[in-house]
Amino acid sequence: MSASAAKVAAIAATGPRRRWRWALALPLGWLLLVVFLAITADWIGLPDPSAQELILRRKPPSAEFLLGTDNLGRDMLSRVIYGARTSLIVGICAPFLGFLVGGAIGMSAGYFRGKVDLLAVGFIDILLAFPSLVLALTFTAYLGQSLFNVTLALGILSIPAAARVSRANTLAWANRDFVLAARTVGASDWRILTREILPNLLPPMFAFWLVAISVIIVAEGALSFLGLGIPAPQPSWGGMIADGREALDVAPHTALIPAAVMFATVLSLNFVGDMVRNMVDPRRSAL
Amino acid sequence: MPWLVRQLVRLVVVLFCVTLLTYTIVNILPGDVAIVILGNLATPQDIAGLRADLGLDRPMLVRYFDWLGSALSGDLGRSYRSGEPVVQAILDRLPVSLQLMVMAQLIALGIAIPVALLSVRRPGGLFDRISASAAFGFLAMPNFMLGIVLIYLFSVTFDLLPATGFTPMSEGLWDNLESMILPSLTLGLIEWTVLMRVLRSDLLTTLKEDFILLARAKGLPQWRVLLQHALRPSSFTLITILGLNIGGLIGGAVIVEQIFALPGVGRLLLGGIFNRDLILVQGTVAFIAVGFVVINFLVDMLYAVLDPRVRHVRFRS
Repeated sequence: MSASAAKVAAIAATGPRRRWRWALALPLGWLLLVVFLAITADWIGLPDPSAQELILRRKPPSAEFLLGTDNLGRDMLSRVIYGARTSLIVGICAPFLGFLVGGAIGMSAGYFRGKVDLLAVGFIDILLAFPSLVLALTFTAYLGQSLFNVTLALGILSIPAAARVSRANTLAWANRDFVLAARTVGASDWRILTREILPNLLPPMFAFWLVAISVIIVAEGALSFLGLGIPAPQPSWGGMIADGREALDVAPHTALIPAAVMFATVLSLNFVGDMVRNMVDPRRSAL
Repeated sequence: MPWLVRQLVRLVVVLFCVTLLTYTIVNILPGDVAIVILGNLATPQDIAGLRADLGLDRPMLVRYFDWLGSALSGDLGRSYRSGEPVVQAILDRLPVSLQLMVMAQLIALGIAIPVALLSVRRPGGLFDRISASAAFGFLAMPNFMLGIVLIYLFSVTFDLLPATGFTPMSEGLWDNLESMILPSLTLGLIEWTVLMRVLRSDLLTTLKEDFILLARAKGLPQWRVLLQHALRPSSFTLITILGLNIGGLIGGAVIVEQIFALPGVGRLLLGGIFNRDLILVQGTVAFIAVGFVVINFLVDMLYAVLDPRVRHVRFRS
């Protein structure tokens, strides 16, 4: 994920300035809307996202179908909303998984140093040696396509990035006086790691997690776009864009609507993630 | 030069682990090629027989060292499906992927360098702010989405460029370029954002140096200060990022080749995955990973040649 690390840096560098903070309302509002709809999708009277009505296929947006219908006559609004649920589940769970494993690896590496560090850095280097999408493709292709497997594969991919963030931060905190004080009163390594260091890691990890969500949502979209992500009847933004591609000349809305929704979501996530990072990192907020 | 030796040892270790990991992933995970070839109606005897023929019944580590041995002598086996040697299949498709990546990088640099130079003329000025916002926007575009939007704009709406398909260079340079413009744009239009930001921030640092002050004091015009004095010493990080981004580009190339139906290595890999063509997938993934590691190694070397300080600093990271 080295390339995405560079991307994260670029997101950070191109992020909005402080005086734009009032503009935070728009992306935040959009994200809240997406999350709200994804959670309540079952109860707001949406048609079945998989129900086909071939007579009504490729209808443009209208009063009856607010976002039109797709190649198989399925309601696009319903599919976009259920697709949001897919994206959010993968986007939130995969980095979380990666952060549990990667965080533990990074903390041990940064705290114990020496051989542990060497091993951990070696392991991270090797995972980073694979172009991440290629690794994800290979995993899902052989694990089999399901929501769980896609989440698992993308979770594994977020291990190196998480390990790096937690290692760097642990290195910085492990030499502080309060850690030395804890050690002097005889606290065990476990206690120091969980009670002294971990709480300090949480803010940067949280900020990084927000950016990881957008990276993973794009990765899930890419897998589904290639037909190797979430299996067919279940809606996913990437899969919808791939389906819509077939009819780009006669019914462009089938591809462009999910594309626009995905763009808005990723953009908002980057925006909010950048804000949060500015808040938790005093060095950056001073810039 | 012990530094170089240590780097080489590290390279070999990483390459060994990468190929072992590739082999393990492809072989441990379920998906039996014998069943794929013979179909669901095959008897267990047939399957066992075919597995023996393909050598799949031996222990995995034995097969790995076998495979590594022949891989080192340039033989990645034959595709289970087509019988074509895997090395040949990769080499046939490599030029397309390379052309795609080179053109994408050129487009990215072609946008990033001028934009970075123009925006450091007045940091915080109008151009700087517009380009920062544009970069922030492009960065949020997944490549498969941008590809579709470009097809919609340039092929469907204005009918300027072909939507899919590939014309080899032997059938005319212009036709070839025409079929490669949209795919390269798809990658390049996202890539430039990262390069631009890196170069911009390095330029800002360089512009604070004394030799720039001297150049200005001599009365050199702004463009000469920027182009002839500031650009070169500001391009170290840019080179590293170019190398690092190749990983992202390879992933992007898989998607873009699929969108635009380009016969490149990425599509070869996808085809192999869909057909459960183990040998082909393994060879292609190993090839891509090794290529990526070697390129990054070379970039690191280049970086060290350009800036001797790196040789000492890099160790600590």
